[in-house]
Formats: sequence, C-alpha cells, structure tokens
Amino acid sequence: MASVSEDNLELQEIQKLEGHTDRVWGLAWNPTSGADGVPAVLASCSGDKTVKIWQKSPSTSSFHLKATIEETHTRTVRSCSWSPSGKLLATASFDATTAIWEQVGDDFECLATLEGHENEVKSVSWNASGSLLATCSRDKSIWIWEALPGNEFDCVSVLQGHTQDVKMVLWHPSEDILFSCSYDNTIKVWAEDGDSDDWHCVQTLKEANNGHSSTVWSISFNATGDKMVTSSDDLSIKVWGADIVRVQSGEGYAPWKHLCTLSGYHDRTVFSVHWSREGIISSGAADDAIRLFVENQDDLGDGPMYRLLSKKEKAHEQDVNCVQWGSKESGLLASSSDDCSVKIWKLGPRH
Amino acid sequence: MVVGLINANPVVYEKKERRPRTGPVVLEDEYAVESIDHLVNFSLTFLHHIRDIKDPEHPYSLEDLKVITEDAIEVDDKRSYVRVTFTPTVEHCSMATVIGLCLRVKLMRSLPSRYKVDIRVAPGTHATEAAVNKQLNDKERVAAALENPNLVGMVDDCLAPSFE
Repeated sequence: MASVSEDNLELQEIQKLEGHTDRVWGLAWNPTSGADGVPAVLASCSGDKTVKIWQKSPSTSSFHLKATIEETHTRTVRSCSWSPSGKLLATASFDATTAIWEQVGDDFECLATLEGHENEVKSVSWNASGSLLATCSRDKSIWIWEALPGNEFDCVSVLQGHTQDVKMVLWHPSEDILFSCSYDNTIKVWAEDGDSDDWHCVQTLKEANNGHSSTVWSISFNATGDKMVTSSDDLSIKVWGADIVRVQSGEGYAPWKHLCTLSGYHDRTVFSVHWSREGIISSGAADDAIRLFVENQDDLGDGPMYRLLSKKEKAHEQDVNCVQWGSKESGLLASSSDDCSVKIWKLGPRH
Repeated sequence: MVVGLINANPVVYEKKERRPRTGPVVLEDEYAVESIDHLVNFSLTFLHHIRDIKDPEHPYSLEDLKVITEDAIEVDDKRSYVRVTFTPTVEHCSMATVIGLCLRVKLMRSLPSRYKVDIRVAPGTHATEAAVNKQLNDKERVAAALENPNLVGMVDDCLAPSFE
C-alpha cells in the first residue's frame, strides 16, 4: 500500500452487502480472521432485530452471507462485538438484554443472555484478555460482567456517573481501563481500585476540558493505546492523548488531554470513528459521507495535528452509522448505513 | 398517562382559506426545471403533509392551534434538507416531544429517503427548549421510541387525519 503521507489515496467500493431489511447500526470484524488462511468474517447488526455474519470467499474474494442470527432479540440489535479469541460474539439490543453467541458449525448458538439494564442497551465491549465485558444503556449506567467458566457471566460492578443515556463503552486496547461516552456530552474513564471489583470514575472529559458540546457517539484508540479519537453530534472529531508509560505502569492514573479538534468537515452528526493499525482515522456521519484523517507530518506547531486524507461523499444513500477497519488486511474498511446496506471499501491509489 | 390535560383550553384559530397548489409538484423528477415558484411549492407541499396532524390532546389540527404555521417549514431541496419549527401551545407543554415525533414520522413516511429532517420548537416558546430539541433530533432515541407500541399508537392516532 502506498505510504500514508502521500496525498493520493482514496476509498474504492469493493462490494455492497444487502440483506438487512432495516437500518444497519453496527459492525464488527472477527479479530482472528482475515489472514493466515482464515477468511475474513464480518458481523452486522440491525433494526430488523437480526445479526448477519458475512464471510469472504477465498476463491472469489467477495463476501457472502454465512449466517443470520435471529429470533432471540425482540427489538433492534444496536451493537455487536467479538471476543478477542474470535470465538464468541456479544450482541446488545434495545430489548434491554445482551446475548452471547458461539459458532457451532454453520450456526450460532446462544450461550447466555445478560439481563439487568432497565432499558435499551446501546453498546458492548470485551477487554483485551476477554475476561471482562462492559455494557451501557439509556438507563445511564454501565455494567461490568466477568466471563466465568461454563459460559457464566456475573455482574461485578454497576457504574453510575453519567447523567444521561450512555452511547458507547470501549475497553483500552491493553489495560483494563474502561471508556464511555454519553448524551450528557462527556467521556468518562473508569478504573478498578486494586483488584477489589471496586470500579470508579477516574476522569471526566467535559466541554470545559476542550471536550464536546453535544452527545458523544463514538470512541476509538490508536494501535499503541496512547491516543484516542472521539466523535460527536457537535459535528467535530477530537483527538486525545495520554502518557502511555504511565498508563501501562499502573502507578496512579495517567490523565487524558485534548490534543486536536477536527471541525468543519462533516455537516451532520458524526456517528462513528475508527482508528486503523496504520494510523488512519475513519469517520462516518449523518451527511452520508466517510472521511479519512491522518497525522499531519508537516506540522510546525506544538504537538500533533491531523489533516484530511480523503473523503467519500455519498458513501451511502443515507446516514453512515458505523465504520470499521478490517482486523488483518491493511486498507480494508467496512461501513453500515440507514440505507440497510453494508459496504466494503479498499483504500488504494487515486485513479 | 397524565390525567388532567396539559392545556385544557387551547386557543383555536379561524381556519384560513387554503391556497390551491399551482399545478403538480413532482418531487422525484430530478430533471425538473427549477424556478422560484417551484421552490415555494416545496415548502407548501411539505406543509400539506403536516398541517392536518391532530394535536395529541384535542380534536384540532396542529394548524388550527397555530402549533404549525405556513412559515413552519424550511426546505433546501438541492441539499435534501428540511427544517420544521413548531410552537407548543403552552411553555411547559409535555406533549412537545410527542408532537415533534408526529412531525418526524409523518415526514419520514411522506418524503423521499434522501431528506435530512431537523425538528425544533420555535425559539423562546418552551421552558426546556434545548432539552426537547436534543431529544427530537437524536436518531437513536427516536428509533427506540418508535419501538414502543403505546407511543406508536398515539402517533398513529395523531397522523390519521393527515393522510386523508
């Protein structure tokens, strides 16, 4: 792939995956698929109450529908997430439950249903080791669950603190630190006190700290886990950083600081951001567009700045709800939309 | 469900004579010649979709109660953008979110899917204006609300007269 610093890259549409009968809210690439002879696998979840599993065929290099998970969730499935081992899929639904699925042959079996939230579950995330799961809801709380032997999941903590609907939760890529973002316009960081199951909020990133001025919809980390990008209804994308050595040492808490705000690019709510392993930030928004940003190598000022690498206007016919870079294959991007479709893109040289 | 009506004595305005639409407006025709008349017709045509929506509490339309007026709709067809501004009858109206939802659903069902719709209360007309506007324009909250059968029933009752 051409060097990221060259300004000659664009997203090329490889395939459009159709089948969902309502808007597609979320996507998740299976983390252990897409290399070493294992075909890439993508899960998509929808307002049609189903989850679809798409697999890339080694012979044709195109994706086909492998399975449809239906008849468990009774309302919209809002978010899905694979465990780090790639063996389990968690699905979060407006029906207030989170289901855990395991692939058995060509089918998916429901191993467990996690109940507890009072209303719609918005997001689910596995920690780096797969030992913990976090879920969040319009009930303003975040639940942390421990994965036990025998497919048991026990709630170990209920985190209160957000004053409104929590839109997304995401674990740090290497440490057991949890991040959440909300309709209350803030991002919160949660850590455990020792090993006591006593989780508490160690930092809140609000408007006053150069934070967002409206609902924060999405969070993503860079590969090294020392930078984070967030997107919001305030139409901006913000980049934050922390001292990674301090984050990893566990010696007291390493605070996150605002580094850069990207605004004036999208003109409607930015629903999703995702940071690739190669350092490209992708964003998907209600203006039907996907934009790509990279660190500005020519920066002359203090600290890193980011610039627009490429944009794909009318990437979909309606709002883009989710963008996700592939797990292994470089430059592979999936996007999902209110137009009921999922699209597969490849970043390549501009024609 | 609230026992007493939020606004037991709404002001009902005299019905204005309706201007007939000057000729057919073909929305899907991407090659239609544009003119000022054509642009005005968009606002009036879209208004036609929402003026007869029934108020949630009274047997009157939103237009009768001046919740919706002729200036209520702003259309930018080129950018596929619509903004609706409505005026609740009282400042503390808890029906504001229901009315907003009715407006959104009606437009969703009547307009081509390329349209982006923003709904807001007229500035200065509601005690918790910012909070109401935020909720009405949060797509996820709207989607979840529309999965609530009671709320959908209420919305359908309000919309029924507007489909005639």
